[in-house]
Amino acid sequence: MSALAWALIVTPLGAGALLGLTGHRFERRVPGLGVAAAVVTLGLAVVAAVMRPEASSPLFAGIRAGLEVDGLSAVLVVTVAAVTLAVLAFSAGELGRGGNGGRFFGLMLVFAGAMLVTVTATTLPLLLMGWEVMGAASWALIGFWWHEPARVRAADTAFLTTRTADLGLYLAAGAALAGGVGSLSLDALPGAASPWLHLVGAGVVLAALGKSAQLPFSFWLSRAMEGPSPVSALLHSATMVAAGAYLLLRLEPLLVATGWAGPFVAWAGAITALALGLVAVAQSDLKQLLAASTAAQIGFMVLAAGSGAVVGGALHLVAHAATKAGLFLAAGAWLTALGTKQLPALRGAARTYPVVGAAFTAGALALAGLPPLSLWVTKDEVLAAAIERGPGLYAIGLVAAAVSALYSVKALWYVWRALPANASDAYDREKQGTRRISPAMAPPLLVLSFAAATLGVFGLPGPSAWLRAAAGGADEPAPRLWEPALSAGVALAAAGLAWWRGDRAVPVPAGSRRWLGLEQAAYALVARPVTALARLLAVFDDRVVDGAVRQVARGGVAAARLARRADDGGIDAAVRAVAIAARRLGRRARRPQTGLLHQYYAQVAIGFAVLLLLVLVLR
Amino acid sequence: MLTVVVFLPLLACAVLLPVRRRLHDRAYSWAWIATSAADLALVIVLWAGLDAGGGLQYEQRARWIPGAGVSYHVGVDGLSLPLVALTCLLFLAVAVYSLRERRRIRSYVCLFLFLQTVCLGLFVALDLILFFVFFDLSIVGMFFVIAGWGHGEQGRAAALKFFLYTFIGSLALLLGFIGLYLAAFPHTFDMVELARADPLAGRGTYAALVLLAIGAGLAVKTPTVPFHTWLPPAHTDAPAAGSAILAGVLLKMGTYGFVRIAMPLLPAGWRAHALVFIVVGVVSVVYGALVALAQTNFKRMIAYTSVNHMGYVILAVGAAGVLAGTDVQARSLAVTGAVTQMVSHGLLTGALFLLTGALHDRGGTYEMDAYSGLASPTPKLAAATAVAAFASLGIPGFSGFVAEFQVFTGSLASQAVATAIALTGIVITAALFLRALRRMFLGPVRLPPAVGGEFRDLAATESFSIVPLLGLSLLIGIAPRFLLDVIEPAGRTLVELVAR
Repeated sequence: MSALAWALIVTPLGAGALLGLTGHRFERRVPGLGVAAAVVTLGLAVVAAVMRPEASSPLFAGIRAGLEVDGLSAVLVVTVAAVTLAVLAFSAGELGRGGNGGRFFGLMLVFAGAMLVTVTATTLPLLLMGWEVMGAASWALIGFWWHEPARVRAADTAFLTTRTADLGLYLAAGAALAGGVGSLSLDALPGAASPWLHLVGAGVVLAALGKSAQLPFSFWLSRAMEGPSPVSALLHSATMVAAGAYLLLRLEPLLVATGWAGPFVAWAGAITALALGLVAVAQSDLKQLLAASTAAQIGFMVLAAGSGAVVGGALHLVAHAATKAGLFLAAGAWLTALGTKQLPALRGAARTYPVVGAAFTAGALALAGLPPLSLWVTKDEVLAAAIERGPGLYAIGLVAAAVSALYSVKALWYVWRALPANASDAYDREKQGTRRISPAMAPPLLVLSFAAATLGVFGLPGPSAWLRAAAGGADEPAPRLWEPALSAGVALAAAGLAWWRGDRAVPVPAGSRRWLGLEQAAYALVARPVTALARLLAVFDDRVVDGAVRQVARGGVAAARLARRADDGGIDAAVRAVAIAARRLGRRARRPQTGLLHQYYAQVAIGFAVLLLLVLVLR
Repeated sequence: MLTVVVFLPLLACAVLLPVRRRLHDRAYSWAWIATSAADLALVIVLWAGLDAGGGLQYEQRARWIPGAGVSYHVGVDGLSLPLVALTCLLFLAVAVYSLRERRRIRSYVCLFLFLQTVCLGLFVALDLILFFVFFDLSIVGMFFVIAGWGHGEQGRAAALKFFLYTFIGSLALLLGFIGLYLAAFPHTFDMVELARADPLAGRGTYAALVLLAIGAGLAVKTPTVPFHTWLPPAHTDAPAAGSAILAGVLLKMGTYGFVRIAMPLLPAGWRAHALVFIVVGVVSVVYGALVALAQTNFKRMIAYTSVNHMGYVILAVGAAGVLAGTDVQARSLAVTGAVTQMVSHGLLTGALFLLTGALHDRGGTYEMDAYSGLASPTPKLAAATAVAAFASLGIPGFSGFVAEFQVFTGSLASQAVATAIALTGIVITAALFLRALRRMFLGPVRLPPAVGGEFRDLAATESFSIVPLLGLSLLIGIAPRFLLDVIEPAGRTLVELVAR
């Protein structure tokens, strides 16, 4: 049993690492191998979802690395593996990756494998490991076309933003240990002693909001669009952004235990759902529109976690994953074929490529929350819990649902316009289009859009009860009859409005187009001051710290010079003076030594006379 | 056995040195590689035979200067054996890398063999004077490496600065050792006896002064802010092999001194003044990272990240001295994290410096602005640098994460604010490494004007020296138990010694 748990994470990670390192040697077979690895992973995930394996091994002193596929994880592992397979199968059909298949498929598998680690981990360190590896893989994938500096800069922004938020998990780990949770097991976190409990909660919330691109971190998701479309399809659906929502759903008991974290998270999610929905309405670039809608939709999951609707949130996650992956793949297919992702330029695109158009339509209608498609159902599961926490949350959620219909139908309106006569003038602005959709792209698109349309069956009483029992959320509130009816009405009205307005923009608050200026704010408030401080400190280091050292050295040399002067001019001069005096004395003493006897007699006579005189005087 | 491990390189040097110009340059290098490999094999045997929970092992003791209480006393435990193994591995890697060296190869090889003996001797020394002798000799050896094989006139100036600065540090250390010696009855320099006797227990000011002397001496070597300014020029102007040894092994002498001498021999002083070390550690972390962020010279930037990484070690050992609000688990996590960080930093920074050496061989400069898009002409160099950079910024799956996670988790309980501040270091480090990768390796290709047509990728000798270091870091990152099983019991013993 434990072998199954390990195999589930080792298969994608190992296969990904191998493909990434050695893929360039067998470039032609890489897509096939990558898809095969994804198939095996999906098989393992399904088996694991049934068998519910668990495994653990010692990691640090008193802390184990634990894996377990429980109810919530079972839903997640199958979703992650299935979406990964669909995206990789699509990528295998997409042409023109320019001979870097090994790197692409390898990184995608590592990325998905890290997500699998995250959703199956039972202890904080292992979860953090998956969490951060996923971030690093996202950097490499967003910056996949590294010849273009702007894309790499976007990757840097994404990684640094999410990593800043990741600090929360490091903080939470330390606080949990301090609070007496020596095992760092996720189940035990709500039992941490106060005040550490609140630090654990704050850390977890911070990390989750960052990873899920909730306010105020949403801007990195906009930049993440610089990556290839399949990367967006995976990053925006079942991995990365979903990880934050998953973490909050998983640690819902912790949010409850802190008291404040539940409402805080619920409001953060609701506000993000509304604000980023408006941002999506304001976009004219299809991928940017979808990106903003991702943050908004994840907002509903975060709202679910904060309101205690774990199963509802998970359902929304799964349905959104299928929907959004399909939409991004469709957008990617058009981008490959037509060389543009600008909505005005995509007029009639759905008519030109009907298969892609059909898949996109199914996805967009689901995203709009129109009945009877999946997100209509799951959103009401979430809102049913929100209404228990207060009418305000419910109202914001409902407005956000209407906004999601606005942006989804806006995109639909463009792609279903009649094809303009001069359509091709607007093509190929972003890259050279191929003007064809590979037949291999169709199956993944259709499977995903089918799932997007039908996953709502889990809202029906029978399947719903089964899922709640399986995922352990039996006591969560189910929507009352009027709620789906109201939300359907609101969505239909908003959809009608959007279709009627067409390309006449729905008025939205200023700044929505630029993602509320969040990135500029992050640069102005964090990045630039830190860089300036760094430069200042570097100068300080050179001039002051090292300057002091150099001054000490210079002082040493100066003291030495002084000592030399003292030595030469003082001590040695004295010695020399003594020597000179001695020599002078010697010279004087030599003068009487003439060698003439009469002079010696005279000297002796004088000497005796002096002696005699002395004797006489002193007597 | 331990003595053989320590002196085998010196013996090889003694055999090689008298052979006058009869051997081809390559023969010296291969002799060096063979010696280092044999030494590494011996250490692996030692590792296999170590009883992790058994305290000091493979002890050997001989009379040396009995009148002054000095003896030749060596032994290893879980704190020192990983560093001994790291030393052997790094010297082997440097030996392989140096197959490309062409200048005065005979003296070069002998100098490094001498340095290896000195480094190994320091990590196994259990006598303060023996420790001090090796500590000083390491300075001498590295001085000649930087002055002789560094970058010209600047290299000689940097070597002089390095020598004088660290030599002054070692004098402070000696002063502290003498303080310990005088306090013990009977007078002795033996670390084991001093740890048992704890001669400075209850002698507040005297103990504080001794700790100040020892702490300052070790802080210069580590180095911590504000004693770090010898490091950037020494690294920048040293040859790649010298930088790798300097950062990988010599810096560890400082941090190792904390866990081997300062903490167990002065437990009361350590507890009383732990806050000083915590503050110094945190300042080193943040300041080192910020100053590194502002560098334009790739090698200098890596040198400053060493200040940052060593700051984590100091923070952790400081936090291990605070008993209030912590339990044994937290404190031993911190100590284990600190020792793991020493090993991890040795591997990763060693690899990074060898990579910068490879870069300099090709482009003739370390300035980041001189390069762009190197991933095109040199994909292997780019990939290896990217892996080393990500490992160094603490991505899980590599040793850095294992170390830093334990340091943070273990330190937070007693030092929440300090640890939270130190945490920002990992974001700044991430920023600076990403920026360096982006500037030099990604984007459109641009090479320094001095480069002729060819800009070759990593050669076999370079790959064979660098990749194993990264591989071992990966192994520690994924399956750390083989290392932690050795460090943890010794870490727990140390925590108990500090707490008594």
